[in-house]
Amino acid sequence: MIERSPFFDALTYAVMIIGLILVVIPFWVVIVAASQSLQEVSRVPISLLPSDQLWANLSEAWARADLGPKMLNSFIVAIGVTIGKITLAAMSAFAIVFFNFKARMICFWLIFITLMLPLEVRIVPTYAIAANALLPFQVILDTFGISWLVQAVSGIQVSLNWNLLNSYTGLILPLVATATGTFLYRQFFMTIPDELAEASKMDGASAMEFFRDVLIPLSRTNMLALATIMFVGSWNQYLWPLLITTDRANFGTVVMQLKALIPAQNGTPDWNVTMAGALIIMLPPLLVVAFMQRWFVRGLISRDK
Amino acid sequence: MAQITIKGVKKNYAKTAVIHGVDVNIEAGEFVVILGPSGCGKSTLLRMIAGLEEISGGEIAIDGTVVNQLEPRERGCAMVFQNYALYPHMTVRQNIGYSLKVAKLPKAERDARVMKVAQSVSLEPFLDRRPGELSGGQRQRVAMARAMVREPKVFLFDEPFSNLDAKLRVAMRAEVRRLHRDLGVTSVFVTHDQTEAMTLADKLIIMNAGNVEQIGKPTEVYNNPASRFVADFIGSPAMNLFEGEFDAEGQFMHGTGGKMNVSQLNGVRVPGRKVVLGVRPEGVRRTGADTHGAIPAVVDYVEELGASRLIHADANGSRIVALDNDTAEIKSGTPVHLSLADSALHLFSLEDGRRISH
Repeated sequence: MIERSPFFDALTYAVMIIGLILVVIPFWVVIVAASQSLQEVSRVPISLLPSDQLWANLSEAWARADLGPKMLNSFIVAIGVTIGKITLAAMSAFAIVFFNFKARMICFWLIFITLMLPLEVRIVPTYAIAANALLPFQVILDTFGISWLVQAVSGIQVSLNWNLLNSYTGLILPLVATATGTFLYRQFFMTIPDELAEASKMDGASAMEFFRDVLIPLSRTNMLALATIMFVGSWNQYLWPLLITTDRANFGTVVMQLKALIPAQNGTPDWNVTMAGALIIMLPPLLVVAFMQRWFVRGLISRDK
Repeated sequence: MAQITIKGVKKNYAKTAVIHGVDVNIEAGEFVVILGPSGCGKSTLLRMIAGLEEISGGEIAIDGTVVNQLEPRERGCAMVFQNYALYPHMTVRQNIGYSLKVAKLPKAERDARVMKVAQSVSLEPFLDRRPGELSGGQRQRVAMARAMVREPKVFLFDEPFSNLDAKLRVAMRAEVRRLHRDLGVTSVFVTHDQTEAMTLADKLIIMNAGNVEQIGKPTEVYNNPASRFVADFIGSPAMNLFEGEFDAEGQFMHGTGGKMNVSQLNGVRVPGRKVVLGVRPEGVRRTGADTHGAIPAVVDYVEELGASRLIHADANGSRIVALDNDTAEIKSGTPVHLSLADSALHLFSLEDGRRISH
């Protein structure tokens, strides 16, 4: 839309600048507070000019919240979830778009419906499964009397157990399922002409070869866009890691550590350290978005031909 | 080189039948063109040969092997698609060599074969470009090279030139003809463009509504159309077709009381028999009013073709088109007299449209 009136121009700029200020101010406060000393940060009203204590605060936060190992945990989880989500999304969309099987639409709608069931909604059953990932199978065996039969015949009591609590698997696996990703991939795959699939068939390629040699390279921008969202999303996960890790020392993530940085009720109100910690913790997703935004926008809006 | 035998082949989608039983024999090394209007099932037939569509009934054999249950890659066919279907992210070299890569050929041999094929369609300068950086004609050549590199038993072409401009189409036609002469591979070519069909085919298959109307050499099909449909479909400008019947004297009555003297159709002039009389525009000539059997008509308009012209006229309610080489101006509304050349008459049954031989 092109409007050539000075008033309209001014209005759009005004809206844009207000929006920008709204977004930037919290960041600015964090940066400023993180650079001040305890005295400065406690002053009312707070000064909006940065001071010179940034490095000291950062190292204090780093040490206090044990951010080194936690950072590693967070990276393992975020990268694991991102890779898992992309793989799963690409493959399930591939099945839905390129194979003509009877339950195709049912599968698609089942996946689609899970959009309405985020982890928070189904967190109790998900926790139950994470506590014993083989529980559903156990239930099936019990219901159909198979475990009883096995016990009667061989005397072995069937008791399946696979505990995912306090493990990377447990942190990653339940977050991997993604309807958004599948949907995004489906939309992309549907733009690929049938002739391309047929040409690869004529060239003698199997379905998986077509997937690997044609679809994956073609969906590169899509994949990067998805990776960006997924990385940021899983980095920011708070509830699930909090629930599944009782062994915080070994399996805690940085976002959980934010809690440890908030001053205790009667402790020193050193918000400067808290802010420095927050700064460190929000840095990785910020960098990922900054580096990927070119691909991100391209992957979501248009595609390069 | 391979022979293709198509026996009673049918295709149904759910409950709708789109091909009703086709029987065709394609000799080894033959260039066969399947021609028909859109929706006649010609592409479906081709795709059944390729293995991209399941065969609902009958069987297709390539080189004596029934291929109904074989995967496309096991049939030894290569296909050129209408929209080229090149892999957009691969270079021309990778596009051409992809089938060899899938077949796990060593890289050196792959490169050598890609190079050889690229040379034969003059693509060497473009080997490292992507399809997006090529013109339509070049993309088409890449698609053909990709088919050729596998050294298939059969080439299948699915309306490959429909996205090219007229000039390029003629050039590509010549190229396909040359490649077929050089390689001698059995080829099946689907098109709705009759000029393309006539110039390329050793054998022409005319299809309509899921049935084969006629199979024959292009000249055979042109000179002896087996049905009203073929007569109407083949030839540009289209054949004049008059619906009518013979009267007691054996005159052909048509339109609003028009009569034509067709004494050459001896033996089939049964009074009262309802027929369709066909004559190509080149079989209709302007004559003087006193010529025996001249048909009076009124000029509607004249279509200039450059070297000749077409006179569209009305003869007692029937439209008639005549090819005329005269250059003198004719205004619309002018009365003219036309005569039909003896050898150029075709007769079809009005009932089922089949040819009535005479």
